[in-house]
Amino acid sequence: MSRPGTIAWFAQHEARLAWRDWVSLMTAGRRRRARTVVLGFIAFALGVHGFAYLVLAPSANLSGVADAHALVVITGTLVLAWSMMLSQAMESVTRAFYARGDLDLILTSPTMASRLFAVRIAAMVVTILCVALVLGAPFINVLVWLGGAHWFGAYAVALALAMDAVAIAVVLAVALFRAIGPRRTRVIAQIVAAVIGAAFAIGVQFAAILAFGTIPRMAVLQLASLVNLAPDGGSPIWWPARAVVGDPAALAILLGVSIVALAIAIYLFAPRFGQLVLATTSVSRATSRPRRRPARFHNATPAQALRRKEWTLLLRDPWLMSQTLMQLLYLLPPIFLLWRSFYAGGGAAALLVPILIVASGQLGGGLAWLAVSGEDAPDLIASAPVPPGRVLRAKTEAVLGGIAIVFGPFVAVLAVAAPFAALIAFGGVAIAAGSATAIQFWFRTQARRGLFRRRQTSSRVATFAEALSSIGWAGTGAFAATGTWLAVIPGLFVVAIVTGAWMISPARRATA
Amino acid sequence: MNDALPSLALEVRGLAKRFDRPAVDGLDLSVRVGEFYTLLGPNGAGKTTTLRMVTGLLKPDHGSIAVYGIDALADPIGAKRIMAWVSDEPMIYDKLTPMEYLDFVAGLWAVDSSLAAARARELVTWLGLDPYAEQRCEGLSKGTRQKVALAGALVHAPKLIILDEPFTGLDAGSARVVKGVLRDKVEAGCSVIMTTHILEVAERMADRIGVMADGKLIAEGTLDELRHQAGSGHATLEDTFLALVAQGNVAQDTIPA
Repeated sequence: MSRPGTIAWFAQHEARLAWRDWVSLMTAGRRRRARTVVLGFIAFALGVHGFAYLVLAPSANLSGVADAHALVVITGTLVLAWSMMLSQAMESVTRAFYARGDLDLILTSPTMASRLFAVRIAAMVVTILCVALVLGAPFINVLVWLGGAHWFGAYAVALALAMDAVAIAVVLAVALFRAIGPRRTRVIAQIVAAVIGAAFAIGVQFAAILAFGTIPRMAVLQLASLVNLAPDGGSPIWWPARAVVGDPAALAILLGVSIVALAIAIYLFAPRFGQLVLATTSVSRATSRPRRRPARFHNATPAQALRRKEWTLLLRDPWLMSQTLMQLLYLLPPIFLLWRSFYAGGGAAALLVPILIVASGQLGGGLAWLAVSGEDAPDLIASAPVPPGRVLRAKTEAVLGGIAIVFGPFVAVLAVAAPFAALIAFGGVAIAAGSATAIQFWFRTQARRGLFRRRQTSSRVATFAEALSSIGWAGTGAFAATGTWLAVIPGLFVVAIVTGAWMISPARRATA
Repeated sequence: MNDALPSLALEVRGLAKRFDRPAVDGLDLSVRVGEFYTLLGPNGAGKTTTLRMVTGLLKPDHGSIAVYGIDALADPIGAKRIMAWVSDEPMIYDKLTPMEYLDFVAGLWAVDSSLAAARARELVTWLGLDPYAEQRCEGLSKGTRQKVALAGALVHAPKLIILDEPFTGLDAGSARVVKGVLRDKVEAGCSVIMTTHILEVAERMADRIGVMADGKLIAEGTLDELRHQAGSGHATLEDTFLALVAQGNVAQDTIPA
């Protein structure tokens, strides 16, 4: 056991907490689930390795000699992965500022808090690396198997990227604190994180739309014109890609730079973390400015009062609003596609249907969670003379009203370009949002609204059911928009999913 | 419902609720109209569970609950219309101002807006909330939030006010204001049921006191009656309470009908 107060002691403490947190997250506090979780992991690992094999096996050159095409694709993949890492790191750093947890205890103790913060910054690297490797490791393993041991360098590159991401995230977060203060930093940092995370993926989609007129793909990285524009093979820009394929010099440089960057970030900012955390205390304690006009009393039915309350709370919480609307960031490419298809008079509008349906399902689930599980005064609502059915109906109306406000304009514009696709989109948006809302009602668990980001952890069944229902309805919409009867197949699949979710939901058990 | 004014604000018979063990075990309890009734008991005695069942927040396993003659299990909406519930944790919304919160509560109870506005202004002044009336609740102290929650409970003019540990976290000034408001409500004809661990509050405010332990009412009456039951002479309520709890179930047989 290490001496109390040392970095090693804090590291042990953090590792123990993280491990117990993770086990609890996976098993939902039930030890008997451990076997199921292990089996699930094995099945997942086999599945992802199989998928990686299917993707990589057709590639002709995995021996380690990287040509220009390979360098562009590997670099593009690394930029994509790194943008995700940076996004996650920004979130983690911001969360470290605002989560009170044990910080009162640490900051009032005679220990050196900077050591704990140094450990926590390092822990962020480990967390981010682990998350990246959940999907990355199977590909690296398959590359090692098919192409040789030199691909192991990719693991070291992943570590280097995680260190860089955390170092930059710490600097960015502290800079934001200094520039705009603790009150705004929380919201802005979350937005910056989401934009960084989405920017590259969305950028590739924009490029693909411009190039092909349709959505997706990394294939844009293989365009001959892009490869021709790239610098020659000796440029430092390719060092990370070269490190991935096993160039020892490039790997050493990359690792060295990343270790130094992280060490500087820890050395400079760990001692200041305490002050920054204390600064965030004033955010929750600060009183808001009084309203300019006194509140007006409304003659409202209970349902109207509930709807107005839900919308007011959402509109007044910029952080929650940003978290909710962030899911719509991925609608930017479709907007661009819509604009472009108008310009070109093409029939690509049908491609929008599944995207709108998926987004509405996700947004519907988020809003429903806020309205149902994130209710801050459940006792007040339950003790009011309003039948529970009417409360649920009013909250559903509040959720679907929000969906209508966001998606109505899209569907309206689509109706001008492609009326049939708009009709399908309208139905799909309504039914996907309705399904996600219903699932949230069936699996409700009381929680603080501030835990919105962790809502998925309360019920994995609800999370998967919500995601599968949104994706399934999107598939149904995609087929229906092209006028094929195949739409019935995903439609039936989703009906089965939603019915299954209801059958095993706590709400059904309560009514049985 | 009978047109004649019922004499009991709350009548609980054979009330039972079991979680891992019996939380409330065949409880009989009556509170008269216009009475200030305080429920005491050690932690886990079943006080909060009892009140949550009365307010419709928990479904009892057995028993009956009548609020001003209304069967609260058969007609929960009718019963809720004349009740208010204040818990130890203020149930308010951070992003609403106290006035907006009162407007929302008035909406839930379908109170006419002009009447609600007048009552809200009166309550805000009464509870010393004027400086905060148009500020969002997120920055308010625990005591101020508790007063906002109490204003919410009173804005629909309930006949029966049920409070669970309303003085937790209140400073002396705020506690005095809340006590004054509750006393005034009782004098105006309301009935109040309150749980508390602050025995001085029970001693000063309650018309009658009930003592619960292990889900049962083990003693009930005025302070003098409780002293008599405990055989504690002129002891303080604290001594009496501790003696009664120590006697445990023995006291159950001595409750006056």
